[in-house]
Amino acid sequence: MIEAMALSKRFGSIEAAKDVSFVARDGEITGLLGANGAGKSTCLRMLYGVLTPDGGKACIDGIDIRGETSKARAHLGVLPHAAGLYNNLTARENIHYFGSLHGMTAQRLRSRTAELSLALGMEAFIERRAKGFSQGQRIKVALARALVHDPGNVVLDEPTNGLDVMAIRNLREMLLALKDQGRCVLFSSHVMQEVAALCDRVVIIGRGRVLADATVREIRERSGAATLEEAFLQVLGDTEGVS
Amino acid sequence: MRTLFIVFAKEFLENLRDRRTLLSALLFGPLFGPILFGLMVSRMLEQSVVESDVPLRLTISGSQHAPGLTQYLKARGVKLTLSELSENEARAAVRGGGSQVVLLVPEAYSRLFAAAQPAPILLFADSADSQTRKIADRARGILGAYGSTIAQLRLQMRGVSPLLSLPVAVNEVDVATPTGRAVVVLGFMTYFVLFALLMGGLYLAIDSTAGERERGSLEALLSLPVARAALVGGKILATCAYMCISLGLSLTAFVCVFRFVPLERIGMSANIGLHTALIFFAICLPFVPLGATLMTLVASFTRTYREAQTYLTSVLLVPTLPIAFASIYSLKTKSSLMFIPSLSQHLLMTSVLKDEPILLRDVLVSAAASLGVALLLFVLTARHWRRETMLG
Repeated sequence: MIEAMALSKRFGSIEAAKDVSFVARDGEITGLLGANGAGKSTCLRMLYGVLTPDGGKACIDGIDIRGETSKARAHLGVLPHAAGLYNNLTARENIHYFGSLHGMTAQRLRSRTAELSLALGMEAFIERRAKGFSQGQRIKVALARALVHDPGNVVLDEPTNGLDVMAIRNLREMLLALKDQGRCVLFSSHVMQEVAALCDRVVIIGRGRVLADATVREIRERSGAATLEEAFLQVLGDTEGVS
Repeated sequence: MRTLFIVFAKEFLENLRDRRTLLSALLFGPLFGPILFGLMVSRMLEQSVVESDVPLRLTISGSQHAPGLTQYLKARGVKLTLSELSENEARAAVRGGGSQVVLLVPEAYSRLFAAAQPAPILLFADSADSQTRKIADRARGILGAYGSTIAQLRLQMRGVSPLLSLPVAVNEVDVATPTGRAVVVLGFMTYFVLFALLMGGLYLAIDSTAGERERGSLEALLSLPVARAALVGGKILATCAYMCISLGLSLTAFVCVFRFVPLERIGMSANIGLHTALIFFAICLPFVPLGATLMTLVASFTRTYREAQTYLTSVLLVPTLPIAFASIYSLKTKSSLMFIPSLSQHLLMTSVLKDEPILLRDVLVSAAASLGVALLLFVLTARHWRRETMLG
């Protein structure tokens, strides 16, 4: 479970996040929807502890990310916006590097990598160097790298960016599989259809504030709009551009 | 500790597979210096040997006006080319490169010479050309010797002791040891050693910081449950390892090159054997962590590979400053200078080259000072890595 409690963050005169509170539950996919520059990345970065909030608190499975960073991160897998690989290392070495930094033993690493390789369909290129990997292959390795320590919570920052249709479809299946395993999945996106198709809950962010936090159906019912798209637009207000 | 080792092992392996790192760390850096140096020294030696062995060649015009001088020059082994040139023709001949140095004896020479008046000779040479300048110097020396011989003869004929014209007899005593003289030539070597040392870690320092950011793997790395100090420490350690390899290769190359450079032919001996190489390695070793942390710190502030490259090229020049300073003020090894990294290494290595004894205390102070600066830089680097701005 991931909890954001009144998170606030300023960069100079820009208020990137203001009193952001929401909960992403286990066994659910939570979508963080907002336009570019709405403050999604800032929120996620505070959740995985690379940004210090000016106010508020973030907890992973009830552990304060600022107070016990390492312990909290052990429960958390992160796929940042930029999820580059080491091109001179093989897919396996990329995954092992992160796993060993998580303190995993060689034996555990081997069995976990085998599991992930099978689950994500990486057998064909697991021993190949990452140089020359397709976007789809890269995202698989990056996801495996984020999941190597078997975390109960997964945060993904715009994971579909730059992926082709096939890769997006694959990713969607992977996220649903994570949900079925009972994990808490939190991902950000500016693509409405993607969020609608995948998420149990949607948190809509605009100008650093939470504008809505509900299930897809609730949002539609509350706004009284006929289609999902209209419902979203109503929540966002006409100033926020969402594609 | 575990994190440190994991990061070290990964960076070491990853860069071992990177052609750019390998080329600069293991080929360009260590070999560039010794090879250039060997060629430079060989050429310098060849030239100086050539000068004393090869007879002086001069073009002389109007030799019939000065038969005595012509005779004297021939007797001194000067190869004379006789010709008839006007002043302008002589100038043109030197400028055009036809003859390097032209002696022109004017008609007035014989009359003034006979009257014991200063007799004019024109010496045409291009002082901007270092080759010609040397020939002109030699010609000037022989003409001077001829002049004083004639002066002494004249005094003797008038019943005056020629010794009267020599009020002071200067005897130069050159105390430079053969190795000491070689150091003038070898002065640059220490810079090449320090250059190779830095070059070895340059690309790794860039790749593990700016490279990590550019390829987008930094944020994932920073969100792992590990101490940032250990993370950057492991990177610096890997950089150090490459620098040590580069330093070792560079010294080995120097030892090999000096096997082939005929220093003894001009009465010099270079004190560069395996033993010296080992001492050099020990002297330079404390400079390795300093260079590695400095390069990592600078590269940590940059966003792209290219930007890091630009800044780090200036870092490569940092060790030259004290060395340049040392040669301008001809500094000698002094305990008080051992606190200045790179200068202390330069001075100690120069002392070893000169076969001078070096104090263990000086070596230790030099090492402690370098390691102290390295530690300070490491603290700054680790602090920078803990900042949010590290995300870029």
